[in-house]
Amino acid sequence: MADPDLPRREIQIYRVHDCLLIAIQDDLDDGMVIALQDSLMQRIVSSGAHGVLIDISALEIVDTFTGRMLAGIARMASLLDADCVLVGMRPAVAITLVELGMRLEGVKTALNVDRGLELIRRSLRPVPVNAG
Amino acid sequence: MQDDASETIVLRAQHDITRVRRALTLLLTRASAKPTEMTKFVTAASELARNTVLHGGGGTATIELTRERKGFRISTIFEDAGPGIADVEAALRSGFTTGSGLGLGLGGAKRLCEVFELVSSAEAGTRVRISSRVGLR
Repeated sequence: MADPDLPRREIQIYRVHDCLLIAIQDDLDDGMVIALQDSLMQRIVSSGAHGVLIDISALEIVDTFTGRMLAGIARMASLLDADCVLVGMRPAVAITLVELGMRLEGVKTALNVDRGLELIRRSLRPVPVNAG
Repeated sequence: MQDDASETIVLRAQHDITRVRRALTLLLTRASAKPTEMTKFVTAASELARNTVLHGGGGTATIELTRERKGFRISTIFEDAGPGIADVEAALRSGFTTGSGLGLGLGGAKRLCEVFELVSSAEAGTRVRISSRVGLR
């Protein structure tokens, strides 16, 4: 449910090369999460993007709810043949997630957007077949 | 800044959890808490606020900032009149869940703050108090 005191904000999805980029700016509530999942999966299919970068550098708090939602988005994207990389995690968030016992299994992370793009490109590059 | 501050937030719905996080972030910023102190405490509070809303049937969060000889102490008390926690020891264990969650909330919250006190009964509901020292220099 959205906070009725706040104007409804939508998370913008940007296209960078063959990847989609979203920047999470603020606390997410349930309604926003579901809207984001929906529009992001639609965009993956309509754009044929091979990668999704989720920038969480603005997030001071990633609790188990947000963590579970991010891991879910990564799994959904991978079902649609898109690699998902979480970028820009703050040091305090990394420390807190580990103490919380949150594993974020199957979620790739990179220090920033550039490295995230590089990670996606590398995984897309065809693996040389060793002839002989 | 004013030395001590206190605020009670009613927890009824999901967006009230966000209110608790915002109020704490504001107070902790004023207390010059370090980023890790702030993120740990606010994350613990977020887990407990979610428990109050989802399992306690709603309740309140009372936030308090008090000045100490060095730095500040931040405390939050979560109270609900819900069904209580039948087995507190089990509930604090990682992986324990009665719902669809990960079962990390309660035990995780305990690990993230210095003081964690939980009192729960079927008659009186659940009361959790967490507290940490912040902004020491």
